[in-house]
Amino acid sequence: MMEIFEPYFALVNQENLWELLIMVLQVVGVISPLLVCVAYLTWAERKVIASMQLRKGPTHVGWAGLGQPIADAVKLLFKENAIPANASKVVYMIAPMMVMIPAVIAWAVIPFDEGLVVADVNLGVMYLLATSALGVYGVLMAGWSSNSKYPFLGAVRTGAQMVSYEVSMGLTVLSVILMAGSMNLTEIVKAQETVWFMIPAFPMFIVFIISILAETNRAPFDLPEAEAELVAGYFTEYSSSSFALFFLGEYANMILMSAITVVLFMGGWLPPMDIAPFNWIPGFIWFFIKVAFILFIFLWSRATFPRFRYDQLMRLGWKVFLPFTLFWLVLTAGAMHVFDLV
Amino acid sequence: MTSVNTTTKEMEFGENFTLNFGPQHPSAHGVLRLVLELDGEVVERADPHIGLLHRGTEKLLENKTYIQGLPYFDRLDYVSMMCQEHVYCLSVEKLLKIQVPERGSYIRVMFSEITRLMNHLLWLGTHALDVGAMSVFLYAFRDREVCFDFYEAVSGARMHANYFRPGGVAKDLPEGLTKTILEFTDAMKKRIDEYEGLLSENRIWKQRTVGVGIATAERAMSYGFSGPMLRGSGIAWDIRKAEPYEVYDKVKFDVPIGKNGDCYDRYLVRMEEMRQSIRIIEQCIEKLPEGPVKVQNFKISPPGRDDMKSSMEALIHHFKYFTEGFHVPKGEVYAAVEAPKGEMGVYLVSEGGSKPYRVKVRAPGFAHLQGFEMMTKGHMLADVTTVIGTQDIVFGEIDR
Repeated sequence: MMEIFEPYFALVNQENLWELLIMVLQVVGVISPLLVCVAYLTWAERKVIASMQLRKGPTHVGWAGLGQPIADAVKLLFKENAIPANASKVVYMIAPMMVMIPAVIAWAVIPFDEGLVVADVNLGVMYLLATSALGVYGVLMAGWSSNSKYPFLGAVRTGAQMVSYEVSMGLTVLSVILMAGSMNLTEIVKAQETVWFMIPAFPMFIVFIISILAETNRAPFDLPEAEAELVAGYFTEYSSSSFALFFLGEYANMILMSAITVVLFMGGWLPPMDIAPFNWIPGFIWFFIKVAFILFIFLWSRATFPRFRYDQLMRLGWKVFLPFTLFWLVLTAGAMHVFDLV
Repeated sequence: MTSVNTTTKEMEFGENFTLNFGPQHPSAHGVLRLVLELDGEVVERADPHIGLLHRGTEKLLENKTYIQGLPYFDRLDYVSMMCQEHVYCLSVEKLLKIQVPERGSYIRVMFSEITRLMNHLLWLGTHALDVGAMSVFLYAFRDREVCFDFYEAVSGARMHANYFRPGGVAKDLPEGLTKTILEFTDAMKKRIDEYEGLLSENRIWKQRTVGVGIATAERAMSYGFSGPMLRGSGIAWDIRKAEPYEVYDKVKFDVPIGKNGDCYDRYLVRMEEMRQSIRIIEQCIEKLPEGPVKVQNFKISPPGRDDMKSSMEALIHHFKYFTEGFHVPKGEVYAAVEAPKGEMGVYLVSEGGSKPYRVKVRAPGFAHLQGFEMMTKGHMLADVTTVIGTQDIVFGEIDR
């Protein structure tokens, strides 16, 4: 087994060992805070929704229930990992990883502050679209390999939903690229120094927010895991650590999508205005605040809206968002040309 | 890979997909088992299975005296308890040919309407939850909790009250309860507006309920629907108006009806019914006369505790009432009330003893469940849960 890695080991020598170590440290530096954020996002979700619903949320584990995410994780990991007898076992075990991994690797190109980015690549936007589209495979694999009817239906729904909303999301991103004139995420943020793109392209901002709700399967588009219809959707059969991975993947995806929104529309790490006291606060704090705001919208809509039906969701995606984003793309291009903004 | 993927292998192309929906399903409302035949997401056939909550209530009642049998009625439709007690008491009273004192009647009507509020609040919460709006559920439970306090105040039990008795009610209202109830109804008026604000004009809510689960007026009648399920289809049939029992002819209220017979109309009908219930509760409190709350024939109702200390006869009455029970003359009778879910009826046959010979319970939910396939056919899987919600199914009464 190990011999297939040997060529790679051979590549490591005295000079690039240091480089490799730094890269590993960078990856750890991004992933470990991310996982803490994911854990506490579940806590925040329970607290925010509880306060909207006249409840208190978790209160028992630690102060204000702050130990709850850790207790949940420990509980999940100590459970038996039950695999259904008829499941395709290999695919069944790979599926949760396939959901979790794209949600984590996408963070490589997100700029948290000026220069604070793991990989400052020129095609950052393309990389993001590609990785976010990969998540659907894990879901489809989970639904198929469980060999059970509810997960199967859930997977079919997710597949259709993620593909439909990816299209309008892509077109929305294109209009941002037109305005910024670059596919590098750092450049896109810098292009927003005068005005955040959410102001000139406000309709696109709204479309994007709705699309990421659908993309991450959150309410009111949570059909793939609609409790009232499909029990738990594609991960009905999962338990223990593989269930935890799905859960982590979903929340990591939420944070990722919020971060993308912040980078594309809300000026990334830039303060609202470049004057004191706004510019005293470091950029990554601004980034964090904005991401938290978008995440709040996620939770808020979950507590507010009823769920869409499958056909209504498709209609919204293909008959409303797609023509509208196409129109807006042409409008943006036309305006850029006419006012010579390119 | 040694495993075989049966889901994909056994199904031929174009074959329908059979899905076992429940009984252990989050929106099965208890123990509903549906065998669904799906063409993709579209329901081709919906076959409800019953009997998973069958407890033999009707048979058990034959071996219990009339007062011992009463608590079983709390447990039929376990979200509208006092209305079930009411129908059993009415049937026994019809055979006994006794008249409940007016104060007792008003208290019964008041608590029937509080029960209707409780039932509709639970329906609203679960229906909204089935459609995906989770907050309404918790808001509705807040108000329902207050109604449980009223139950507790009069009977000591929060759910299965056993408060109505043949010949009246068990006890008079505790002091100050009417004031608390009025405070609640005042608050409740605003709350109902709030809930309507959350849902009535919500576009997703309307998309999910308008035109879903249509039961036309003829269909609804031929399937034996009653209550809001029938009124949602535009038929103004309400036993409280058609054959007034107790003091329903002395209070003013309107019977709301729908037009299209879809889930949205039934939702609006039930919301308006809650407002009308509040109206009735307020009138009952306003008109509540003084006097006894149960018949003063101590062969049928227990004598006062004070009398038992001095009167030999009262002691004997008390002993006979709680051991042998009272005797009901020979005969057959049908009594029905407008329970929150529809027409709740009891067909009672007495052979003259202290126990009924046969009790048949007519549960509204049973008739509604028959119409399930008619209401869901051609709709999508998501609409199945909407229709379960709009039928307000409780298995306690369906399986009995």
